[in-house]
Amino acid sequence: MNNDNHALVDSIRKASATNIDRRGFLKLTGLLGGGLVLASMSPALLAADSSTAPLLANAELNAFIRVTPEGRIVIYSANAEMGQGIKTTLPMVIAEEMGASWSDVEVLQSPVNELLFGPHGAGGSTTVPRTWDQMRQMGASAREMLIGAGAIVMEVPRDELTAANSRVTHESGEFRTFAQLASLAAKQPVPDVTTLEFKERADYTIIGKAISGVDNGVIVTGGALFGIDTRVPDMLYAAYQKCPAIGGKAVSANLDEIKRLPGIVDAFIVKGNDNVMELLDGIAVVGTNTHAVFSAKQKLNVQWDESGASRDSWSKMAADAAALQGKRGGDPVVKKGDVDTQFSNPENTTLEAFYEYPFVAHLCMEPMNCTAHYKKGSGGAKDSVELWIPTQMPTRALVPMKTMFGLEQDQVTIHQMRLGGSFGRRVFSEYICEVTEISKRVGKPVKLTWTREDDIRHDFFRVGGFQSVKAAVNKAGKLIAFENHHIGMLTNGQPAIGSGFTANEFPLENIDHGYISNTMFEIKTPCGPWRAPRSNTNAFVVQSFLDEVAHQAGRDYRDFLLEILGESRWLEDGNIRAMHTGRAAAVIKLAAEKAGWGRKMPAGTGLGLAFFFSHAGHIAEVAEVEVDANKRIKVKRVTVAVDVGPIINFSGAVSQVQGSVIDGLSTMMTQKITMESGRIQQSNFHDYPVLRLPSAPIVDVHFIQSDYRPTGLGEPALPPLAPAVGNAIFAATGQRVRKMPLSEEGYSI
Amino acid sequence: MPRYTLNINGADQTIDVEPDMPLLWALRDTLGLIGTKYGCGIAQCGACTVHVNGNAMRSCTITVSSIAGQKVTTIEGLATGEQLHPLQQAWIELDVAQCGYCQTGQIMSAAALLATRPDPSDADIDAAMAGNYCRCGTYLRIRSAIHQAAKPTSALFYDAARTQEEQA
Repeated sequence: MNNDNHALVDSIRKASATNIDRRGFLKLTGLLGGGLVLASMSPALLAADSSTAPLLANAELNAFIRVTPEGRIVIYSANAEMGQGIKTTLPMVIAEEMGASWSDVEVLQSPVNELLFGPHGAGGSTTVPRTWDQMRQMGASAREMLIGAGAIVMEVPRDELTAANSRVTHESGEFRTFAQLASLAAKQPVPDVTTLEFKERADYTIIGKAISGVDNGVIVTGGALFGIDTRVPDMLYAAYQKCPAIGGKAVSANLDEIKRLPGIVDAFIVKGNDNVMELLDGIAVVGTNTHAVFSAKQKLNVQWDESGASRDSWSKMAADAAALQGKRGGDPVVKKGDVDTQFSNPENTTLEAFYEYPFVAHLCMEPMNCTAHYKKGSGGAKDSVELWIPTQMPTRALVPMKTMFGLEQDQVTIHQMRLGGSFGRRVFSEYICEVTEISKRVGKPVKLTWTREDDIRHDFFRVGGFQSVKAAVNKAGKLIAFENHHIGMLTNGQPAIGSGFTANEFPLENIDHGYISNTMFEIKTPCGPWRAPRSNTNAFVVQSFLDEVAHQAGRDYRDFLLEILGESRWLEDGNIRAMHTGRAAAVIKLAAEKAGWGRKMPAGTGLGLAFFFSHAGHIAEVAEVEVDANKRIKVKRVTVAVDVGPIINFSGAVSQVQGSVIDGLSTMMTQKITMESGRIQQSNFHDYPVLRLPSAPIVDVHFIQSDYRPTGLGEPALPPLAPAVGNAIFAATGQRVRKMPLSEEGYSI
Repeated sequence: MPRYTLNINGADQTIDVEPDMPLLWALRDTLGLIGTKYGCGIAQCGACTVHVNGNAMRSCTITVSSIAGQKVTTIEGLATGEQLHPLQQAWIELDVAQCGYCQTGQIMSAAALLATRPDPSDADIDAAMAGNYCRCGTYLRIRSAIHQAAKPTSALFYDAARTQEEQA
């Protein structure tokens, strides 16, 4: 990174920030693929306005692309970067269609403006499929404008020109660089997006390659990127203590004593609005540094009113669920064919089992934090707030800013910061509301940092649950009936995020007889999305249980699965995000082949296979596991076969699969959140451990780069891991794994 | 408030802080060296790893008063001028980071390892790096990048799994 580039890039950033809200620049072309697709901003409109000179000087081709006179191609990344690699992936698509050399590209996080850039959020492995067309349009329209400029300058027909390597080249060999053409290109008419043509895959020079992440230079040198790194002049530091029993109200606290502690500027009770996603009651401690406020927070003595607080008890949930084992829940949510006749038919073999999975925390390495500067309006000016937020969903904060603080969109400035992990954690606004309230009270910019203990105890957890499952196979050993009594959780009368078993869960769409019922416990413990919500637990149950059923029927699990899938077809006509049985079969076969499925294994070792479809991704995994006499596990290798369509960044894609496997293993082995009397009982890494480097298995990743549209890879490689490992443990030992985490069954890693 | 002088990245820095302030917060809040990260505050996760007199230490549990006058190296001081440390180069070349938050601590632990074992075995890496959590699960590439920094090869950077297998 050289400083000249940084200075230039900064100047573009400043110019952008001052002009970017001008809605007159926009030409909206409507909705496509569920997202707002923006045509290139019209440079002609810009040219008519002298105030846009700073932008034109940097040859703005559209909202996402600028070409500097020195030949730097600045591409905005508009979506939240949390480690999934989107800040590298999407600019690769733009650069590819534009004909840029990747070495000329500089990527910046865009300002937050959904009119210009479309939705900024990232989650649900949806960003790639949602923006694939938009990114290609941005790149291709810039390419057409550059070619248009090239035709003028070289005085040749435009169809004799091509764009590649940051140049527009005539068939004679004559060329102009993008930098030479940029100013004129910016004055070319913006192409109608419906006329744009995209490159063929065979012609790609960037998409499909392994590209190192665009922030890596800053990451390895310790530069400021993350929300927690925010430093603004005159900033104070804050900590916030909420009731250990979730939802308790603050009555009083030893505030005078706290205010006398070194480095403490203020301490006060904040009254919340009882919305766990916005602002719960708490004690704000404000000081001159993080250590001062963390230390003072430990000395708080707070009287809480817990009359309305959570009384949730995991041990009660587990006991209540155990009493339901083997029974049906209430009215079925799925009733297909007649499972009872199949279960009672003496020619069929039936099997029942009971599975359990706990609540788990997100445990982002960067704890929740946010910096806010609430500015009181003076001289008739309105109040305003400036926010530096590590968040998956930056514009969601606008809602509580309006409803709680009365601030309209034009009174709120949001800086999207890099996220030190998220996994679904940073989608609510509570840490943003807390610090906004604190900054408003103290009249200064404030950085709120949660302690690790706050971060674990006040998470929105992956919901725990239980499933009582039953299946029948016929004389020929084929699965014919599947029943599940799903025992899950409700919060505020609604199924907690991730708690449910729906009609399109495998294998319900593939068999004739299915029955799903629910029992739901009402809880107050907050739950939220956690990497592959619902799939991360349902895959464990279904893929472990079907392996049990196959074994009982004397079937090879690979063959048993392929038979359930049946002929190659989409399971829902016209839904390209539905499962395709041919794609499923292909990844199962590939993973099995690459792992040497069926080979004779040494004593104490085994192979386990699992397949799961989620987030439009078809993924199969084979785990090779060794288990010793003390139930110590070594996962030697996980072989993964993936079909998410064409791969954009090969390096990032492999990373997501490797990370998902290690995350899945970490979670299934040791992680469990429990609560009693509404209090979360874990608090830090000592009682909520993460897998360490020596235990990481080899992860061998194979992609089937099918011609379907690319889909996301942040989540779908996680769900198959737990059942693959569990099935391998069975193969190695004859012992079934029906409860996570495995540490509770005496296993260690 | 007491005054302490620390040698940070080769330069003496005098700061006025409470004696029990952990080095982590003196670096981040007082000196603005934000490359050293907060992860747990109880020396469990390794995100705050720095070198004190060349040894990898968890800065969240070392008080400023206990190391006055001693030599501290942070991630900001690991490169030599514009020349990145071989580990930093390998980390970029192998695209190790996912979210990136833990990586400065990982690199500092690895740098202390290489200073004593220039060509570490996998077992050496296991021992030196077991105290650094990565929630994103970048461990395979961390291992490969340490090998790469110690002994540059032409290994494809995305193929960390096979690289590791060949070395096992």
